[in-house]
Amino acid sequence: MAEAVRGFAIIAGAWMRAAMTYRTSFVLGTVVQFVITFMDFAAIIIMFGHIEAFGGFSISEIALLYAISGFGLGAADLLVGNAEALGRRIRDGSFDQMLVRPVPALVQVAADHFALRRLGRIAQSSAVLAWAMSAAPIDWTVARVVVLVAAMASGSVIFSAIFVMGGAFQVFAGDAAEVANAFTYGGNTLTQYPLTIYPTELVKGVTFIVPLAFVNWYPGLYILGIDDPFGLPDWLRFASPVAALVFVAAAAAIWRTAVRRYRSTGS
Amino acid sequence: MSAIIEVDGLRRTFSVRRRRSRFRRERHEVRAVDGISFELGAGEAVGYIGPNGAGKSTTVKMLTGILVPSGGRLRVAGLDPSARRTELARHIGVVFGQRTGLWWDLPLRDSYELLGRIYRVPRPTYDANLERLVDLLDLGPLLEQPVRQLSLGQRMRGDIAAALLHDPTILYLDEPTIGLDVMSKAKLRQFLRELNTESGTTILLTTHDLVDIEQVCRRVMVIDHGRLVFDGGFEQLHREGGARRTVVVDLAAPTEPLSVPGATVSRIDGPRQWLSLPAGASSAPVVAALGARDDLIDLSIQEPAIEDVITALYTR
Amino acid sequence: MGPTNTDRAPGAVSLYSALAVRGFRRYATYRAATAAGAFTNSVFGVIIAYTYIALWEARPDLGGYGVAQALTFAWIAQALLAPTGMFGGFIIDDLSERVRTGAAAIDLHRPVSLLGLRLAEDLGRAAYHLLARGLPPTIVGALLFDLAWPDRITTWVAALLSIALAVVVGFGLRFLLGLLAYWIIDLYGPAWVLVVMQLFFSGMMLPLVVFPDWLRRIADVLPFRCLIQIPIDVFLSDDTGTAVLPLLGVQLLWISVLLGAGSALTRFAVRKVVIQGG
Repeated sequence: MAEAVRGFAIIAGAWMRAAMTYRTSFVLGTVVQFVITFMDFAAIIIMFGHIEAFGGFSISEIALLYAISGFGLGAADLLVGNAEALGRRIRDGSFDQMLVRPVPALVQVAADHFALRRLGRIAQSSAVLAWAMSAAPIDWTVARVVVLVAAMASGSVIFSAIFVMGGAFQVFAGDAAEVANAFTYGGNTLTQYPLTIYPTELVKGVTFIVPLAFVNWYPGLYILGIDDPFGLPDWLRFASPVAALVFVAAAAAIWRTAVRRYRSTGS
Repeated sequence: MSAIIEVDGLRRTFSVRRRRSRFRRERHEVRAVDGISFELGAGEAVGYIGPNGAGKSTTVKMLTGILVPSGGRLRVAGLDPSARRTELARHIGVVFGQRTGLWWDLPLRDSYELLGRIYRVPRPTYDANLERLVDLLDLGPLLEQPVRQLSLGQRMRGDIAAALLHDPTILYLDEPTIGLDVMSKAKLRQFLRELNTESGTTILLTTHDLVDIEQVCRRVMVIDHGRLVFDGGFEQLHREGGARRTVVVDLAAPTEPLSVPGATVSRIDGPRQWLSLPAGASSAPVVAALGARDDLIDLSIQEPAIEDVITALYTR
Repeated sequence: MGPTNTDRAPGAVSLYSALAVRGFRRYATYRAATAAGAFTNSVFGVIIAYTYIALWEARPDLGGYGVAQALTFAWIAQALLAPTGMFGGFIIDDLSERVRTGAAAIDLHRPVSLLGLRLAEDLGRAAYHLLARGLPPTIVGALLFDLAWPDRITTWVAALLSIALAVVVGFGLRFLLGLLAYWIIDLYGPAWVLVVMQLFFSGMMLPLVVFPDWLRRIADVLPFRCLIQIPIDVFLSDDTGTAVLPLLGVQLLWISVLLGAGSALTRFAVRKVVIQGG
């Protein structure tokens, strides 16, 4: 594990340093990321020009949900977003090169083309989070802070798992890479809003199948002190880390299967 | 001399889908490597040659751990490449002729820095190795350039240095001279020759250019349709293969068939004559003898194509 | 020697149709990617649909839409995402690539205008994307939700026309951006600026009818609403003629502005290439 982290740090570091030599380009890229990702919240602000509550939630409460989800996606995108490019690496032959080096394949694929400008999304989500934390009607306790931090970490892990699965999927399905977008960016968009606006089946789907609801919804209910509108059990609110661990284990298994498959078929 | 690479009955089959008609798709098995066995001793320089699609790259991919064999036994430096890939990776260097192992957008020096750290090369060793390789491969003026700006020949030299930074025990080169001009090829071959004799690095060189092997290796393995059809020395190859070199001579005017020791005239067309000599023999005396003539306009040397050698091997 | 106008030359129609077919075919080879795209569009369509339902239930009649209109907006917008080139790419990438490899210099010395060639190809591409990536999500949307369909044939015809015009506007925007490749090496920043503006001011993010007045006024003077809001306005219009014609007029106006600018910028590019020797 330490080997993997070291390998990642070395490779990502090299890309970071290379990006820094084009300082203005990097700053511009980060700002662009910030603006693009803020657009979603701008839409929410516009909506609240007409309403007081959306799905039963005020704008500051939604901002909390939005920010936790955005942070999770941003962190995942920064760390393993490039896993999605596995198909491209295979096609241009660079994946073979990676298999010849003494660093785990996933680490190399993730660290390749490491883009520090993705901090833009993380920065934007953090800004909205800071606002939400002060503006939302939250009765802050130590437990709530812990749950918040755990949610941000778990969200990062869950989205990371989806990116990795998206990459692995490409060994089996080649060009259909974009399907992963439906779950990463789609998942982020879905969880930006309170799940009360969706039908129950969908909420169950993002709880038990793809654990997107654990990114921000269940922890959010606890932080905001709201009873579950769907009547699901209370302990789900603390289950984010568990959901993340189970999901990422599944992702790791799928990734390993994909690499084994590639090494057995050569394509 | 201990065996550093042991290959026994190595097999690799691919399942290929082919569209028969609009609605029928057929699956059939392609035997890319069909039961190959050989042993390489530490410090050997071996050429692995065959026509396109013969199974050369597939063999190298299995030796380096990229591909898992379909059958047979494989040990490199005592390790099973498909099971202990990352462990083995520390001891091998690979140069793929058609793709680079360098980072395209970064300056060459950054690629080396990165590799030095990935392979955990101790700083003093790294500095010494880099200096030596930069010197031997003429990389000095290229170090600060992004790899994407380098020419094919420069990039190939850069790739070779990259593969040797960590003092690998074995160096694999997969079609390294493709696309290179004559000068670059010659320099590359000399570098590899010296690497083998002076550093004792085991070299496995796959190519479809016979001269690559002639200049670098002492042992040749010929692969065709996934099978090893020859494994031995160069002289033996030419003897058994019966392949011949051709010197094409352009004279000032048509003359009677030239009489040159060691060569026979195989064809005449006006002022042009084709001289044939055994491929194992040096062409230098023949060229010298021709050069002494004052009616010589031009001459060129044609090497036997590997296909001809293989055909000859089959029909011996 | 610059590009000459050969619109009246014999065989022009067959040239441009051939190019359109080529554009269609070129993108039709990306079957798996297109299917994945249609899937993604459908997923986003579902999410956005529920968002709009919640919004319109909290504020019925918002912007003059009922829930059915809002849902129709959501799904048609998803269908138009690929044909209008909402996320950039296509001609932008093509031009950047050709400038990088130097092939772009040849483009400018052909006897037929670069803009015309590329527009024809893009129309073919858009036709493919409309069918392969636009139709499936629309069907999904229609099956899952109650959408507002036009009653009259004339509205359908006008809507299809408006969609075609939207595609041309989208091309005009991307062509202009792609031409910048002749002057700027890395189009990453400018390309994303265009995408952000397109997403926000076309109605893709939120229907423009929901925008506050000051923002709506800004959106109204920009070309981006031609991409999504206008075609959908035509689609939702309950009486043609008076409502629809001005909308189509706006699209035509922007088409002439953008293609005119594109043509002019191409001439500048020619001059630049000639001076710098390609």
